[in-house]
Amino acid sequence: MSFSQHVRTTVLLGATAPFLSACEGPQSALDPAGSAAELITRLWWPTLFVATLVTLLVLTLLAVAIFRAHRQRSALPLNARQSRNLVIAGGIILPLAATIPFALSSFSIGRTMDAPLPQDAMTVEVIGKQWWWEVHYLDEAGNRIATTANEIHIPVGEAVRFLLKSDNVIHSFWLPNLKGKTDMMPGRTNVTSVTADEPGVYRGQCAEYCGTQHALMAFMLVAEEPEAFDAWLDGQRQPATMPQTEAQASGRDVFFEAGCAGCHTIRGTSASGDLGPDLTHIASRRTLASATVPNRIGHLGGWITDPQHVKPGSRMPPSDLSPVELKTLLGYLESLE
Amino acid sequence: MTFEKPTNSRDVIDSPEETSRLERTWHSPGGLLGWFTHVNQRMIGKRFIITAFCFFLLAGILGILIRLQLAGPEQKLLGPELYNQFFTMHGTVMMFFFAIPVMEGFAIYFVPLMVGSRDMAFPRLNAFGYYVYLIGGIVLFGSLLLSMAPNAGWFNYVPLSSKLYSPGYGVDVWTTMITFIEVSALTAAVELIVTTLRMRAPGMSLNRMPLFVWAALVMSFMIVFAMPAVIVSSTLLILDRLVDTQFFIVESGGEPLLWQHLFWYFGHPEVYIILVPALGMISTIIITFTRRPIYGYTALVLSVVAIGFVSFGLWVHHMFTTGLPQLGMSFFTAASVTIAIPSGVQIFCWIASLWGAKIRFATPMLWVLGFFAIFVIGGLTGVMVASIPFDTQVHDTFFLVAHFHYVLIGGAVFPLIGATYYWWPKITGRMMSEAAGKWSFWLAFIGFNVTFFPMHQLGLEGMPRRIYTYVEEMGWGDLNLLATIGSLVLATGFGITLINAVWSVFRGRRAEPNPWGAPTLEWAADSPPASYNFRHIPVVHSRWPLWDWDTDRERAVVTGLRNDRREVVLTSILDAKPVGVQVLPAPTIWPFVSAVAASMGFIGIIFHPIFFVIAFFLVAFTLVAWFWPRRPWRND
Repeated sequence: MSFSQHVRTTVLLGATAPFLSACEGPQSALDPAGSAAELITRLWWPTLFVATLVTLLVLTLLAVAIFRAHRQRSALPLNARQSRNLVIAGGIILPLAATIPFALSSFSIGRTMDAPLPQDAMTVEVIGKQWWWEVHYLDEAGNRIATTANEIHIPVGEAVRFLLKSDNVIHSFWLPNLKGKTDMMPGRTNVTSVTADEPGVYRGQCAEYCGTQHALMAFMLVAEEPEAFDAWLDGQRQPATMPQTEAQASGRDVFFEAGCAGCHTIRGTSASGDLGPDLTHIASRRTLASATVPNRIGHLGGWITDPQHVKPGSRMPPSDLSPVELKTLLGYLESLE
Repeated sequence: MTFEKPTNSRDVIDSPEETSRLERTWHSPGGLLGWFTHVNQRMIGKRFIITAFCFFLLAGILGILIRLQLAGPEQKLLGPELYNQFFTMHGTVMMFFFAIPVMEGFAIYFVPLMVGSRDMAFPRLNAFGYYVYLIGGIVLFGSLLLSMAPNAGWFNYVPLSSKLYSPGYGVDVWTTMITFIEVSALTAAVELIVTTLRMRAPGMSLNRMPLFVWAALVMSFMIVFAMPAVIVSSTLLILDRLVDTQFFIVESGGEPLLWQHLFWYFGHPEVYIILVPALGMISTIIITFTRRPIYGYTALVLSVVAIGFVSFGLWVHHMFTTGLPQLGMSFFTAASVTIAIPSGVQIFCWIASLWGAKIRFATPMLWVLGFFAIFVIGGLTGVMVASIPFDTQVHDTFFLVAHFHYVLIGGAVFPLIGATYYWWPKITGRMMSEAAGKWSFWLAFIGFNVTFFPMHQLGLEGMPRRIYTYVEEMGWGDLNLLATIGSLVLATGFGITLINAVWSVFRGRRAEPNPWGAPTLEWAADSPPASYNFRHIPVVHSRWPLWDWDTDRERAVVTGLRNDRREVVLTSILDAKPVGVQVLPAPTIWPFVSAVAASMGFIGIIFHPIFFVIAFFLVAFTLVAWFWPRRPWRND
C-alpha cells in the first residue's frame, strides 16, 4: 500500500504543477488589466491557498486514519469523545472558518464591482447576434452615433457603461482580462461597466451556448489613450469614404450587384441591410468573422468566397464572384478605412 | 392474519417442500414473452442497472469523441453540428439516463433486501417504470442515429430551444423524452418511499435502518419534489413548440428566465439526487471493510437529510450572470456555502470511523478512498463558484466542467463502481477479479485527474464550455491534449471493470452468501437471492443484524406467512411493529403494454398533437386491464 500511497502523491503533485505555472494567455482571468478582474484575482489567490490547505489537511487526516493501525496487530480506534471532537472540528468549525470570511469578502467585492457609474459615463450598447457582436456608441441622450461590429474601442482609465442586449437567443458578454461575464437576455437590458487600466487589445468571447457557431463568437476590445480614442470615434462617426479610383468604384458596383447590400450597411451609400455587420469602416478593423481570422486581404477574400469553410453554420451565404469581380470588391472594401 | 411470536431459527421447519412452494409462488415466468411480464424487484433493479450502464458506455463514447475533437486547435473531426449534438446528448444521457436510473436501480434491487422484504410495494408499477425508461432511452439515442438529436444543450435554454432558433425535431425529442422518463423516475421514487417506510422487517425501527436505505429514502423524496419542476418546464416548452403557446417567447411577453428558474430548481437538487445514494454506498462499504459500526450514525443520517433540504435552496447559483439583483443572489451564495457543513460532517464521520481501523483494502474500499481525494477537490471548487464575483469569471468555462466532473464522477461514479464490486457477488453469485479491479481503479483514478484537473486552468485561461473548436493563438492546445490523453486512460480504467464484470459472470469465483462479512440483511439472502429473497423474514434487533447473529444472539424470524401467494409483511413507520400482511400482484404483461401505449403518445407528439389524444385512450384501456380485479387468493 505504501507504493499506492506514493503513486497518489506523485499524481497529485504532477497534476498540480501546470496549475502553478504562468497563468497568462490572451484571455486569462488571472492576468487582469482592469479593476474588476483585479479584484477577482485578489479573491482568487487566498481562496486557492485556503482550498489547497483544506485539501491537504483532509487527505492527511485520511491517510493517518487509514495507516494508523496498518502494521499493528489490532485496531487503534478513537474513543467516542475523540470522534465527536474530530467531527465537530473538521465537519463544522473548519467549514465555517473557511467559508465565512470567503463569503463576506466575496459580498464586499461584488458590491465594489457593481457600484453604479456616474450618469455621464460613456455608454456603449452591445447587441449579441448569431454569431457576432453589434456595437453602437451612444451620446449622452442615448442616440446611436457610431456603429461597428466585433471590435470595441474604449479610452484607458475611464469607466465605460455597457448596455447588453440580445434580440435573438441568450449570449454572454465576457472579457476575462477586464471583467467577468454578464448575460445578454432577450427582452431585457443588462448593464455592466468596464474599466481598462492599461492600453492594449483584449479578447472577449461569448460565454453562453448560443447555437451552431457559439465557438467562434469572439470580439476584440481596444483600450487606447483618450486622444487616440477620440480620434478613432470621430473616424467611425463619418460615413464611408467614396471610391477614389475606377477599380474601387467598380468594386462598389460588385457589392451592390452581388446582393451584399441586402444584409450589410455601408453608411453614405444606399446599402442598409441589418442582418450582418455594418461595413462602413471595415478596413479599420483588426479581425474578421468575430475575431476568428485577422483582417487581411487574403482572409477577406476567403471569407467572402466561402464563409462556411471559415465558420461552418455562419449566416453569410457563399458567393460565386469571378476572380476579377472578387478582386475589385476586395479593393473597394479595403478602401473603407 | 396474526403473527406468531418470533421463534428461534432452530425451531423453524426448513422443509424442501416449503421451499419449492415458495419458489412456485414467487418465480418469474420463463420464455421471451415471460420476460415482459416480470415484476420481481430484483429483475427490475437488475435491468435498471444494466440499461443505465449501457447508457453510461454510450455517453462515455460521446465524451471521448468530444475530447478527441478538442485535443488540438481547429480540428475538423466533428464540426459544429455533430459536436453540439454530442455534448447535448452526453450531458442529457449521463444525467437523465445514467445517473438517476442507476442509483434507482441499486435502490430497487437492494432496499427490499436490506430491509428484509420479499418485494416492493407496487411491483407492476416498478415494471412499468422500467419499460418507460428503456423506451425513452432508445428513442433518445435513436434520434442520434437518425441525425435528429437534440443540440441545444442538456440545459436546453430558451429561446435557443424555441421553434424559431431550433427548427427540426431535435428539441422535441429532448423535451418529450425527458418528460417521459421522469415518469419512470417518479414511479421508482414513490415505490421506494412506500417500501422503505412500510415494508421493513419487524424490529427495524427508523434508527436501525441501514445507511444506504436512508440515503435511498432521501433521494426518493428529493425526486418527488424536484422532478415535477422539470416536467413542468419541458411540458411548457413542448406546448410552445407544438401548439404555439408563448410561455418563453419574449415578443409575446414570455420569459426566458422562467425556464432557467424551473430547470435549475430541478437541476440543482438533481446533482444531490445523484450524490446522496452514493454517500449511502460509501457508508455501507466503510462499515463492511472496517468491520465495525460506523461512527456517527445519527449525524450521518441528519447530514444526508440536511443536504436533501438545503439542495432545494441553491438553484439561483446557476444564474449569477443573468443580471438578477445582487442582494437576492447573495442569499444563494450563503445557502451554497452552507452545504459545506453537512458535507464536512459526513467526511469527518467517515474519517473518525476509519481512524485506526484494520481496513481491508479490497477493491470496493479502494474506489471509496479515491472518492475522498476527488470529492474534496470538487467540493472546494463548488464553494469557490458560489461566490458571485468569482463565478462571473468561471461560469460556463472549463473550470465549471472540471468542477462538476470532480463532483459527479468523484462523488457518484467512483462510489458507484465501488458499490458494484461490493454487491456484484450478491447480484450474480460470482466474485469479480480483485486484481483487475485494482488495475481498473488506478487507471481510472490517474486518468480522471489527468483529464479533469487541467480543465480548472483552461477555464481560468478563458476557455468557454460548449465550443467545438478554438483558434491556435489562445494557447489552450497543450492542456487540451493532456486532458484528451487522460480521458483515454480513464476510459481504459472503466473498460477493465466492464471486462471484469462480463468475465466474472461466466468465470468468476462462486460467492458465498456473505463474502465480505457485512452486517446488513441483504447478505442474509442467498447469492444470488432466491426469487422470494428470504425463506423466512428476519426479525431485527440492532443496526448490524448479521454481526449479532455471528455472536450467537437469538436469531428470530417471522412465521405464519403463507407461501402459496405473494405475501409481504407491513410494519409501522417509526418502530417497524408488524401491522399486517399485504398480498402482491403476480406477473403480468400489462405494465409493458401500458408503457408502450404511453410512449406512443410521447413519441407521437414530436410530430403531431393528435397522438396525445390517441395514446390517452390506449393508456386508459391498458390500465383497466392492468387493474382488472382478478384476485386468485379470494378463491381459497
